[in-house]
Amino acid sequence: MAAIELRAVRKRYGNTQVIHGVDLTVADGELIVIVGPSGCGKSTLLRMVAGLETVTEGTIAIGGRVVNDLEPKDRNIAMVFQNYALYPHMSVYDNMAYGLKNAGMARDRIRERVDRAAAMLALDGLLQRKPRQLSGGQRQRVAMGRAIVREPAAFLFDEPLSNLDAKLRVQMRLEIKRLQRSLGTTSLYVTHDQVEAMTLADRLVVMNGGVAEQIDTPLAVYERPASVFVAGFIGSPAMNLVPARTTHDGIGVDLDGVGALAHGRGAVLPPDQPVTLGLRPEHLEIVPAAEAALFLQVEVIETLGADTMAYGSLAGGKDSEAGLSVRLPGTHRLEVGDRLPLRPAPGTLHLFDRDGGGRLL
Amino acid sequence: MVENRPLLTIVRHLVLLAGIVSVLFPIWMTFVASTLPGDALMTGRLPLLPGDRLWENYATLLSSGLAAAGGAPVGPMLFNSLVMALSIAIGKIAVSILAAYAVVYFRFPGRMLCFWLIFITLMLPVEVRILPTFEVVADLGMLNSYAGLSIPLIASATATFLFRQFFLTVPDELLEAARIDGAGPLRFFRDILLPLSRTNIAALFVILFIYGWNQYLWPFLITTDESFYTIVMGIQRMLRVADAVPQWHLVMGTAILAMLPPVVVVIAMQRLFVKGLVETEK
Repeated sequence: MAAIELRAVRKRYGNTQVIHGVDLTVADGELIVIVGPSGCGKSTLLRMVAGLETVTEGTIAIGGRVVNDLEPKDRNIAMVFQNYALYPHMSVYDNMAYGLKNAGMARDRIRERVDRAAAMLALDGLLQRKPRQLSGGQRQRVAMGRAIVREPAAFLFDEPLSNLDAKLRVQMRLEIKRLQRSLGTTSLYVTHDQVEAMTLADRLVVMNGGVAEQIDTPLAVYERPASVFVAGFIGSPAMNLVPARTTHDGIGVDLDGVGALAHGRGAVLPPDQPVTLGLRPEHLEIVPAAEAALFLQVEVIETLGADTMAYGSLAGGKDSEAGLSVRLPGTHRLEVGDRLPLRPAPGTLHLFDRDGGGRLL
Repeated sequence: MVENRPLLTIVRHLVLLAGIVSVLFPIWMTFVASTLPGDALMTGRLPLLPGDRLWENYATLLSSGLAAAGGAPVGPMLFNSLVMALSIAIGKIAVSILAAYAVVYFRFPGRMLCFWLIFITLMLPVEVRILPTFEVVADLGMLNSYAGLSIPLIASATATFLFRQFFLTVPDELLEAARIDGAGPLRFFRDILLPLSRTNIAALFVILFIYGWNQYLWPFLITTDESFYTIVMGIQRMLRVADAVPQWHLVMGTAILAMLPPVVVVIAMQRLFVKGLVETEK
């Protein structure tokens, strides 16, 4: 059990900087998910914590001990890889026992630990099998088992579920969460799947281009995204991002040529400033035409049962590229070509600086 | 592919049969010749069925050999060949797997240079470098010794290259998992890479054993002492008996005996051999 602390961590490959100074504290027993698009540096960051990549600048401490120059085996961590990285020629038992054997642990203690982990993961009957005789989910569990038997200070997960099919992924996601809760081991989990990130995390780190854009609880990230990037990345379907300007009085926004909209947050913004207006599809409501703030010209309808998604463009907008989507209750009937009068639910709009992308409101 | 064309099947089988016959017939004739009395081969017409001297001829070969005709006994020659082939096969595998491990898994200055140097030696088979190699071996006093027979043939670019290609297909995550599991370079090699290379090693062993067994020119050059003759060159020596009729029936018997060990190796390791060539177990 230990906290992980990253202080101004940077990584450079030659002249290319891929991590631009990340500060992060993972509290003891906490599960932090690092999420971001491919190439954002999330795996590199995890691998630096594991000791598989060197740290160019900054410090990484596990349990109060700076580990920058320690070998992976001396960092008291365990890692679960995307492709599981099970040793193909060893039985499940040997796979799980290998690290303990190398550490020189007594045979009967190894057996005890492996048996305990196997029971926890329902692998009891499979200990003598080879990895190739296991299903994807079972291999995943063996990889977890290999991490658990070491009783490490921290688990590091590198996209552990992305090789599984959708159904198993949901199931293993729950299993990982339950396991992590019951073991109470500090965990760092990397994924590009935002659903996985939202459901698993105690706190989320949203990374983009080597920078941690926001570090907060999943709900806070959803409710108050710190930047346009976070707003567009977290939430499914993605948030609508519409170009707009603040009004002259600074208490509303003007959707180019469509109409004005009070932001209703009780703050006064600098007037006539170009901004990006963020509206979540699930926060748009159908209202009588007279009260509408904007209209959606419906082009595509997706019927999901519980919900109906309508995609289209902002009617009357100058920028015809600006797409818009709305999530409606499944009971709502509509057709392609409909013109839906919409208004955001009170207090649900997000305003971002058009240039910097930072959050204004 | 599902096809049901009987004529094509028949033609196919005929072609295959023709192939088998053209390969097996000379061997059969060799065998037949080795079962006949010596003078039967001098008539110029070879019977197609074995004669009655099978045990006698082979007993002569294995006990006294062709000593009567000035050659060396077959038993020790077989043993020499075996020593040479095994040393070459095992030596080549040991050296090249270590070389490949170094080239693939360690970042040291001149790594690619080393690899290319090894690779370039592919262009220099024994026959090309035979004179300087002979000079070196002679200066080291290794003529007429097992070391002289095998060591100059041990360095192998082909095997190094093969192992390198195999190591490159081993996922990096295995190395990383092993590092986290506390396995150092030697332990990773012994516990993970070596077992994974098992089928490759078997396939190479078969190829290299036969390569070593069939060496002709090299042993011919560096052995002058009868007790270090290998079987493949021994056959040739038997034919150059001065002032006497070649003992064809015994020469043929020796050829059959020389063929047996490679056949045994291939049959014994066939399953692993094929596996090593076609599948990579990961």
